[in-house]
Amino acid sequence: MDLENQKRVKALAEQIGKENIVVLLGGADAEASGLIAETVIAGDPAFAGALTGVQLGLPAYHILEPEIKQEIDPAVYEANIAMMEMVLSVADIVKEVSSIRNKLLS
Amino acid sequence: MSGILKGKEVIGMLEGKKIIILGDRDGIPGGAIEACLAGRDVEVVFSTTACFV
Repeated sequence: MDLENQKRVKALAEQIGKENIVVLLGGADAEASGLIAETVIAGDPAFAGALTGVQLGLPAYHILEPEIKQEIDPAVYEANIAMMEMVLSVADIVKEVSSIRNKLLS
Repeated sequence: MSGILKGKEVIGMLEGKKIIILGDRDGIPGGAIEACLAGRDVEVVFSTTACFV
């Protein structure tokens, strides 16, 4: 996850309170999406950014996950997301992000 | 469905939340995710689109 974004996310969590935040991801593949989810939940696994050793525990979902999709107006989802949903590996992304969330977020 | 029933309304997991959007130019850009949240009782506090070029 981008170092600058790590700083912003950390500052926002401190400012707003992590219990009020949900992180939505739009990553193109399972691995990258999983790494970002891991970073905002348990800290930077690359030990490079501001979230190194910082366990924010923020709930992170990919926009393609059913829990999020069902909350969006189907017409709006169709207009903004559906085309990419057809070309991305949705099953892999959903499996990776949800398993990291289930493993790391108690 | 993940929402909880409160009165006659189904309150979703995002309602009242502050949202951080980490989009991806090669996946779903931040702006597209923001568009999906328009009109909802949520506040987007940060939205970005990663670009790995």
